[in-house]
Parts: sequence; C-alpha cells; structure tokens
Amino acid sequence: MPEAATTFEVREVTERARVIDIEGDITAQSEDVLMDAYGRASGEGVKAIVLNFTALDYMNSGGIGLLVTLLVRAQRQHQQVLAYGLSDHYRQIFELTRLDEAVGIHDSEAEALASAGGG
Amino acid sequence: MNHEDAAARRAAGWAKSVSQLKVSEVPEGAVNLNVEGRRLASPIQGFGKMWQKTYQVRLPAQRVSATELIATWKQRFPDFWPAGNRFYAPLTGIEPGEVALLNMALPGKMKLSTGVMVLYADEESFTLMTPQGHMFAGWITFSGLEVDGETVAQAQVLMRASDPIFELGLAMGGHKQEDRFWQHTLAALATHFGHEAEVESRVVCVDKRRQWSRWRNVWHSSAIRSTLYTMGTPGRALKRLFKRDRALA
Repeated sequence: MPEAATTFEVREVTERARVIDIEGDITAQSEDVLMDAYGRASGEGVKAIVLNFTALDYMNSGGIGLLVTLLVRAQRQHQQVLAYGLSDHYRQIFELTRLDEAVGIHDSEAEALASAGGG
Repeated sequence: MNHEDAAARRAAGWAKSVSQLKVSEVPEGAVNLNVEGRRLASPIQGFGKMWQKTYQVRLPAQRVSATELIATWKQRFPDFWPAGNRFYAPLTGIEPGEVALLNMALPGKMKLSTGVMVLYADEESFTLMTPQGHMFAGWITFSGLEVDGETVAQAQVLMRASDPIFELGLAMGGHKQEDRFWQHTLAALATHFGHEAEVESRVVCVDKRRQWSRWRNVWHSSAIRSTLYTMGTPGRALKRLFKRDRALA
C-alpha cells in the first residue's frame, strides 16, 4: 500500500488549546506522524486538542484506531479532544464507531475552541 | 486514477451508519442471540484494559499478492478458524454493513453466541466490529501488505474486555486463548497458499486503566445470556412438545 503524503501541522491557538491541521490520509501507516504531532501539541497547560479534518482525503479503520489511541493518551493528560471540518461521510463514521461519544464534533474552529473554553 | 478518486473509492468501503444491528438471515445451525437490536461497541465503550494485538505471517509475494490474499481471506474466512468455532458468513459475503453470527467455543465446553458487523471492507483490508455484549468491545482489521518481496497477512485487534466478567476471563487464560486463535488462523491461511511460516505476535497495552463506569455492560454479556439460553434448552423443547400435543388433541 503506497503511503500517501499526509501532514499534521500543529498550531497554538490559545494557551490552553492546540489545533492539529490534518492534510491527506489517516491510515495505520500514519501512526508515527500523528503521534509526533500530538507530542508537539501536548505542551504544559494544554487542555484541549482540536483536530482539523477540513483537508482530510481519506481515513480507514486503521485511522479510526489511531484516533482512539490518541484519545486515550489525551485522556491520560486530562485533555479534551475536539474535531471540526468533518465531511458528512466521516461524521457518520464517527457515529458508527461511536467515537463521537468521546470526541466533541463541531462545525468550525471557533465553535470547537468555544466548547473547549479557549475561544 | 488520481488520489482523490482513489480516496473516494476507498471511502465507499465503510458500512452505512446504523443505530442497531439487524440480522437479515439466520443460516441453518446458527443461533441468533446477542446480536439483533444490539449497538456496536468500540473500545471507548468497553470496560477493561485496552489492548492492541498484532499477528502477522509472511508469504513469498510470488505466491500471492496482497489483493489476492484479501480476496481469498474474505471468501473463505471461516475455513481458517480453529475447530469448534463457527463463523456464519453473510450470504452476500464480507461486505460493508453485513452482520455475521458467531458460535464460539469457550473453556468447559461452553458455547457463546455472538456476532460481528463488517465495518469496513476494500481490496486491501476488512474490519469486523463487535456488538454490545461480545467478549470485547472493539474491532479486528485483517489486511494484506506487500513489503520487500513478501506479502504480509495481518490481523490486528483493538479491544477492551466488554465487562468485568470478560476482563477476568481474559486475565485467566482468555488472552492466551485469543492469541492461539489468531495464530492458528494465520498459519492456516499461509498453509492454504502452500507456505509454512511462523506467526509473529505483538501485544501492546494501550491503556492500563479499566473504565469502571462501564461495569454495567455486564447486563448485555453474551456469556451470561448464552449460558441462560443453553440452560433453557430442555424447557423450550418441552414447551414445543406440549404445544404440538395440544394442537393434535
């Protein structure tokens, strides 16, 4: 399976929140880059990790598994995980896999940050 | 095919969203218990420690490509399972959204009736997700990957025991039994392609914490419900007999 070009850029939006801009695919092969991005995002005092899916091309079940792992790591650090920019298709996937019960899903970055108390 | 087209095609591999599982047809001999009307359960809804277990077997790529491997695995999925366990594949095969019934052998000659839904399926992988009450909450992804002249067949489980009883069972030999199950399956798959190979296993505890707030999952336990169902078999047979006699009278 060719590894697609995937980037995870971290933005510091407030003292308490970081946004990870996802571009490309999330599959099991993305583990190292995603966890590296989470490591960069998860500084001291960070209480919310916001995942920006606006430029997501594709995610398979391996990718969903990675998000579950990321969620566990964030919960260990007492951090919230939020998401925005999901297409209708991937919103349904979050519902199907019941990831939406642990990840707050929002329409925009502003909404996600407001929900995190960092807007 | 450009990357966007490929992504769109692969996105079609996901099952449609469902709130409750529905078994369209019950194959002969299968017990439809603990599946109909149940919700799916991800590791987030499980009780026990969270584990990622990876089992791999390597085959020479000239013997089988990754896509051929997955096509065969989907088509003959139950054939590679250890004896005593039954996977009643959907009549339409392993396709996104299809539900399969399982009758599993447990220690003490117990039978456990449960099922899985095909969460995702494409030419390179497929994923089965468990319903509430299954031994574990999570999913198993079966994939084929071509690496350095070899085709790697992989089964990867991401799971938490569903409830405290299953958690105890896993700690008391259940994990080892599950390891043996998938090691047997992968070895049988390799043998099908005429290759004897050792199965590599890697087990990682992703989260050592148990989710005590989920202890109530025990209400849906397929172990308890399967046991009650088995205990009730003579009673149901008697009831059927009386009903028949009354109809004849």
